[in-house]
Amino acid sequence: MDIEETALPGIGLRHDFQTRGGRRVGVVSHHHGRRDIVLYDVQDSDAVGECITLTAEESDVLSELLGAPHFVEKLADISRVFAGLVGEQITITPGSPYAGRLLGDTQARTRTGASIVAVVRDHVVQASPRPDFRFEAGDIVVVVGTPENTASVATLLRTG
Amino acid sequence: MHATTTIFLELGAVLFALGVLGHLAIRVGISPIPLYLLGGLTVGHGGLISLGASEEFIEIGAEIGVVLLLLTLGLEYTASELLSGLRQAAPAGVLDLVLNALPGIVAAFILGWGPTAAVVMGGVTAISSSGIIAKVLGDLGRLGNRETPVVLSVLVLEDLAMAVYLPVLTALLAHQTFARGSLTVAIALGLLVAVLFLAVRHSDKVTRLVFDPKADRNDEILLLRVLGLALLVAGLAQKMQVSTAVGAFLVGIALSGPIAEGAAEVLSPLRDLFAAVFFVFFGMQTDPESIPSALLAGSLLAVAGITTKIITGWWAARRAGIGTMGRFRAGAALVARGEFSIVIAGLAVAAGIEPKLGPLAACYVLLMAITGPLVARFVEPATRAVRKRLPARA
Repeated sequence: MDIEETALPGIGLRHDFQTRGGRRVGVVSHHHGRRDIVLYDVQDSDAVGECITLTAEESDVLSELLGAPHFVEKLADISRVFAGLVGEQITITPGSPYAGRLLGDTQARTRTGASIVAVVRDHVVQASPRPDFRFEAGDIVVVVGTPENTASVATLLRTG
Repeated sequence: MHATTTIFLELGAVLFALGVLGHLAIRVGISPIPLYLLGGLTVGHGGLISLGASEEFIEIGAEIGVVLLLLTLGLEYTASELLSGLRQAAPAGVLDLVLNALPGIVAAFILGWGPTAAVVMGGVTAISSSGIIAKVLGDLGRLGNRETPVVLSVLVLEDLAMAVYLPVLTALLAHQTFARGSLTVAIALGLLVAVLFLAVRHSDKVTRLVFDPKADRNDEILLLRVLGLALLVAGLAQKMQVSTAVGAFLVGIALSGPIAEGAAEVLSPLRDLFAAVFFVFFGMQTDPESIPSALLAGSLLAVAGITTKIITGWWAARRAGIGTMGRFRAGAALVARGEFSIVIAGLAVAAGIEPKLGPLAACYVLLMAITGPLVARFVEPATRAVRKRLPARA
């Protein structure tokens, strides 16, 4: 996909691209964190037809809506392809004994049989984390295994 | 005690009246600058009411207003934006300056005002108001438009041109000998190049002068340091006869990154206050009785100024591969003139050349600050209507 980047001196940056349906969509990123989503006019492709202004917080939420469910859908696919396997997302709570400790310390696979396949931190997915990965409160741990195994990992991460 | 009472009463009344005028302007959808100028006309020499006690204060406030206008102009674009603008849009910038300075220069010669006034009037008609234009583009939702980078790059180049033009003008107005004049101009240009170099290569070091990146951001300290530095440099520039405005502008360019954005943010209410005082002061110095006789020349200049900016924008947008409608939008967006025309005219008025120049510049800016946003708004329906009347081309 070709994304065009244009500097807007004094304002910020504009990124835009053409969708497969033929519409041109862009995002104007202001220096102060404001974002405008712009839809170009069908007749006059130079002009903005619709413009939606988002605060920094709103654009975070929107990007999460556009990005995260995608991830969940893919997880749901696992159980469809391999009968008996499920993907679970478990949040490391501030009270968890493993907040601040290494992934290796949990010995999750040995103790439960389920695998930790990814960790999501601040909307960034860390795939296949290594045993020296250090958990923080708020991390979302993605576990794949049988329903019983993944439930055991949830208990393990919550109470030790 | 009595003196302060009068100053408070007068100043309070002026600022409150400006607030009411500004509100009115926003309700009608025009820039408040023309109303501030009209406000100044009514309280100045030969106006309805005369301000005695606070005139001195307003005069100093106006000078600070110029410093703040140029400081925030410098903060608006980073040094690298200025340089890349120069690389990409130089032809459009040259056309813009030549075409738009022309009406002012021609008018000054027709009126028999001499070469110095011609240089002043060329500046007054050439420089668009980046403040009004940014606001209009935002209000009309055109920031994402594909012709907008073209408009902005023309503004960036005008910005650079100001840095060269202001010291030249200051030297001319000071009636300096050619040798002395070229020396101050050379100093100013040397400083500009040095500041651009510093800002591109060592922006972090310059920024550390006003802000410690390790400390938490503190708006109060940032405001005091940036304003203090700008006034110091403006004063030094004045001492070297380079022009206070250029000094403040260079400080703005030298600061970059998040600190420049933060500084622009904390300075903006202060800038709005003192810029309003500056417009009032310019209005006060203009005799209202001289306005009617300047109206004809002002209107002719306005028509010429609208045409030349539309041609500039049209040509620059065509060069960037923008469609017909976008070319007219780009031209119309550039029409508004405002704060910088008044800054330039203000320098000439302070130097005491040609008494009719002030009223003409006031008339011109009154008309252009009002018509600019209107032209930008109505260019699309107007172009569409004209196109409908024209026989369709096969």
